[in-house]
Amino acid sequence: MGPTPLGWYLALSAVLFAIGVLGVLVRRNVIIIFMAIEIMLNAVNLAFVAIARSRGSMDGQVIVFFVMTVAAAEAAVGLAIILAMFRNRETTNADELATLRW
Amino acid sequence: MVGALGVSQVAFLILAALTVLSALTVVVHRNPVHSAVALVSTLCLLALFFFALDAQLVAILQVIVYAGAIVVLFLFVIMLLNLQAQSRATGGPLLVAAATLGGVALAGLVVSGLGRAAAPPAAGVGAGFGETAALARELFTAYLLPFELTSLLLLVAIVGAVALAKKADG
Repeated sequence: MGPTPLGWYLALSAVLFAIGVLGVLVRRNVIIIFMAIEIMLNAVNLAFVAIARSRGSMDGQVIVFFVMTVAAAEAAVGLAIILAMFRNRETTNADELATLRW
Repeated sequence: MVGALGVSQVAFLILAALTVLSALTVVVHRNPVHSAVALVSTLCLLALFFFALDAQLVAILQVIVYAGAIVVLFLFVIMLLNLQAQSRATGGPLLVAAATLGGVALAGLVVSGLGRAAAPPAAGVGAGFGETAALARELFTAYLLPFELTSLLLLVAIVGAVALAKKADG
């Protein structure tokens, strides 16, 4: 009985992070790769919040706040890059976007 | 087995299974729109965990900013690009097998490492922990400079996104 142990949350966080890594490695669609990165960010957020609760300190939650802000900025710029690439190449396949020039 | 667990542990296991399932759906589904919807459910389930961990403001921000704004941005781009379900969505079978093995090994490594680490003593939390006032006090005192830099980052992101997404001749 009692509250859920910290280790369970950290284990869930590790599993979610591994799923995100798997998505980045396996998928070829850049938008899906992007979503997998968001899953990784959220896995780390879960670890931050769980440890903040365990230590009784607000610092972890403040870091999560910053991670969310950076994720929003990253999503806006990243999706704009995907749009620009699609206009030039008509594809979202990462294998066909291997060169860093048009 | 269930008799030994409390209600909160059983709820945790059910929600954790759902979260892992929807995260896997994001990664394996061929249709990008379905992946985005599965991402919404993953993020909302994580918001429930945040609530359970006394992080009310973070949980609400998670639903509004992540499940709301960011995923809507994803859906907009998916519809703008008119992406169909792809026949060749992943790399070769060798890559998939190697990546799956690597992912399972990574998860096992981290979980076993956590098992060895000594758990810190659980500290009690005072009243108001995780509420808006407590988070805001940290944000505007100890983390004032990073907070201001974040606003600068968002400004740069807005300008950058507009500059990248507009047509070249525009």
